[in-house]
Amino acid sequence: MPTVPLMHILSSSMLYWVIQPHLALHIPDGFLNLPVIAVTWILAIALIAISLNRVQAEYQEKAVPLMGVCAAFIFAAQMIDFPIPGGTSGHLLGGTLAGALLGPWAGTLVMTVVFIVQAVLFQDGGLTVLGANIFNMGLIGTFAGYYLYRAIRFAIGRNKLPGMAIGAAVAAWVSVMIAALACAIQLAISGTVPLAVAIGAMATWHVLIGIGEAAITVVALIFIWRTRPDMFYDPPRRATTQRKGLGVGG
Amino acid sequence: MSNNLTRSRNRAFTIAGLGVALIIAVFLSPFASQDPDGLDRVSQDLKFEDRALEDAPASRLPFYSVFDEYALRGVPEGIATPLAGLVGTLATFGLAWGIGKIVVRRSEPPENSEQ
Repeated sequence: MPTVPLMHILSSSMLYWVIQPHLALHIPDGFLNLPVIAVTWILAIALIAISLNRVQAEYQEKAVPLMGVCAAFIFAAQMIDFPIPGGTSGHLLGGTLAGALLGPWAGTLVMTVVFIVQAVLFQDGGLTVLGANIFNMGLIGTFAGYYLYRAIRFAIGRNKLPGMAIGAAVAAWVSVMIAALACAIQLAISGTVPLAVAIGAMATWHVLIGIGEAAITVVALIFIWRTRPDMFYDPPRRATTQRKGLGVGG
Repeated sequence: MSNNLTRSRNRAFTIAGLGVALIIAVFLSPFASQDPDGLDRVSQDLKFEDRALEDAPASRLPFYSVFDEYALRGVPEGIATPLAGLVGTLATFGLAWGIGKIVVRRSEPPENSEQ
């Protein structure tokens, strides 16, 4: 008698392990109610429209390949779930990284592309709640991440590597927390789970996931700062001049 | 002259960046943690995971017959996720580049941009 249920439990939990979705902060269909879905879609579409306009008005052709590279890197990095203590995992969201390299406008567009490919091709994040996912991780994550990083970096010194690194680390962590908070609020408004419980649970894990976000963001940005500082949306001034000088002299 | 130098350096950056992304998606993806991630874990702990739709709208798209989440269907398990990563990374790269190309105004006349 004990063997059959055990086998049954084992096989069904194995099956569950195989089919369980990879969400991170990607909300699946069914977690949000219609009003929340509608409002987040409207906000997402409005902000994408503004971003398209600003990119058209302000960006140079040089930004185009960087948009492709940034999107590809963030998509690839989001596939890599890193384990965090307590039997949970997390992965890069990338809003701060995209913002630091492309600014908030093109950064937002790049993040939007990533979430569309994930939802449409790979069933990662629901199609009906795609607006909410774009809003939380793409828009809030990128704008909060970029402006916080910029404020800290410019306060320490625009041309200093430590300023950039500290700004990016803090902004990456905070942007993940804000995105998780937004997600918790949407779940609560939808009646899926009480607000205090949702915030507590989401914050607990994302405090740690945010540290991973900060580490990956800082490593990637330091590498680019050392090799191609001109790729930053706000390039360090001295380094850019030096590079130009080297280019002409050599 | 220095314009050409800039262009080839930019091309090298693009190729290197895409290369790093592809390496991550193809070679690191099989090692990704299988633990439930943030929201996943919360939905299990707070018992609302069953709210997720069984029959999600994305499963009615044609891509569902090609990819089962991040796994290409119909190939051995060991290469299903790396191949999904390869396709996904290239698709994301192409889509973001394409949108940028359409939106960003040209800073040079078209005949100069083809080098």
